[in-house]
Amino acid sequence: MKPILRVNHLKKIYHTKQGETPAIEEVSFSLNPGEFIAIVGPSGCGKSTILSILCNLLEKSGGTIETDKDTSFGYMLQQDCLFPWRTILDNCLLGLEITNQNTEKNKQHVLQLLKTYGLEEFIHSYPANLSGGMRQRVALIRTLTTKPDILLLDEPFSALDYQSRLAVSDDVYRIIKREKKSAIMVTHDLAEAISMADRIIVLTERPCQIKNIHSIHFEHRSTPIENRKCKEFSKYYDQIWKEIDFHV
Amino acid sequence: MYSHEHLTFLKKLKRQSRHVKVTQLLILLLFLVIWQLAANFGLINTFISSSPKNVLETIYGLMKSGELWYHIWVTTYETIISFSLGTFLGFFIATILWWWPFLAKVLDPYLTILNSLPKVALGPIIIIWAGAGKGSIILMALFISVIITIINVYQSFIEADPHKIKLLQSWKANKWQIYTKLIMPGSLQTMVNALKINVSMSLIGIIMGEFLVSKEGIGYLIMYGSQVFNLDLVMSGVIILGVVATVMYYVVNFIEKRCIKNKI
Repeated sequence: MKPILRVNHLKKIYHTKQGETPAIEEVSFSLNPGEFIAIVGPSGCGKSTILSILCNLLEKSGGTIETDKDTSFGYMLQQDCLFPWRTILDNCLLGLEITNQNTEKNKQHVLQLLKTYGLEEFIHSYPANLSGGMRQRVALIRTLTTKPDILLLDEPFSALDYQSRLAVSDDVYRIIKREKKSAIMVTHDLAEAISMADRIIVLTERPCQIKNIHSIHFEHRSTPIENRKCKEFSKYYDQIWKEIDFHV
Repeated sequence: MYSHEHLTFLKKLKRQSRHVKVTQLLILLLFLVIWQLAANFGLINTFISSSPKNVLETIYGLMKSGELWYHIWVTTYETIISFSLGTFLGFFIATILWWWPFLAKVLDPYLTILNSLPKVALGPIIIIWAGAGKGSIILMALFISVIITIINVYQSFIEADPHKIKLLQSWKANKWQIYTKLIMPGSLQTMVNALKINVSMSLIGIIMGEFLVSKEGIGYLIMYGSQVFNLDLVMSGVIILGVVATVMYYVVNFIEKRCIKNKI
């Protein structure tokens, strides 16, 4: 299978008044179609920087990123970033407005997405009237509206409380699989990574390099919550936990 | 249907707010009564401190002759003109500063100086440049309101959530799109607050201007009264001004409620 994304020897140095701060030393990996990759590592190691570079928010200092010419990225942040003065529907149409694709056909697609994922009755509500979990679901749908090939999820659940986190990660996983998207998720929550990803990239401390890449296989892979109950889960957890340089 | 306890609670709330209103009114009445009594018994000199009765008579007289409405009208329309100009110019300049951060950095110290400078000090210069007429008055008020508008609105522009900007940029949004989709609507509350501040700022400027040059308006009324030592007229002017300022404030408040109901 030909990867839809190949990152080769990616390097990033931040320049500030105080001097040069290397954030990414050397990172290379590839993403296969339909694959879900999680990137874990100690906080501040440069995980999010990788995603920012991938969707062109930051310039890289070295290395190459190979994709097909028309590969598009959808970016989802830790904060839901819903605009409080727009209704749920209008929030979801934002990406289409920006990219000049706000056609009736695409709007129908958005309405269909909202309906499929149980948000139909809220389309005319304002974000303030929704719970944190629901808002994050809206944020994912907003990311899907422009039909990106690759989803970039930057700690998408870390602003939520533990209960909603489990529920929303389950939802988000299901939505991503159903829409047949490839995804790269950055997280500091190892359990979340194991329960959702096909592969896990473990990074070292800043400036980060790849420490190891794990393929995750469950005998009976299902939803993230169910995966957590599998016997392989704790095996992976113990194994990867030792590799992450957490400093408390 | 509410439970008995809830109804009692609501009643209590209502009673409390009624008590506040009644007390407020009582303070005013008490003040007026003491003032009037002190005048009646010669405890104060009505020549320099007037009395409620004299003030009422003066206002009634002004009303009958039609002068009252004329002066109120002059002050109001001067305020509206400088308020609209100040708001519009303020937003426009704030937008330019947001668009070109280089310019914002360059102009920052000048804005700070202009903001701290008591604008009344510019009065004589403005009069010499724009002449002793309406132009000067409006210019004066404009000066006061425009600087504070620029500073407030620009501040709210640059405080826009960087994550939301990042989100828009991930769709490759251009600067104009970021401005119209996020910066402008996101600053709505600040804009309305700026309007509120602007109304009173403009009014201050107008009255100051009328003190200095005018032949009409409430500021002129007060100034004229003090020059001929007619304290009844001065007090009446101040009270009329208080009423006009309050009405203006409530009009902007009303607009605020209309504009941003439920949205923020």
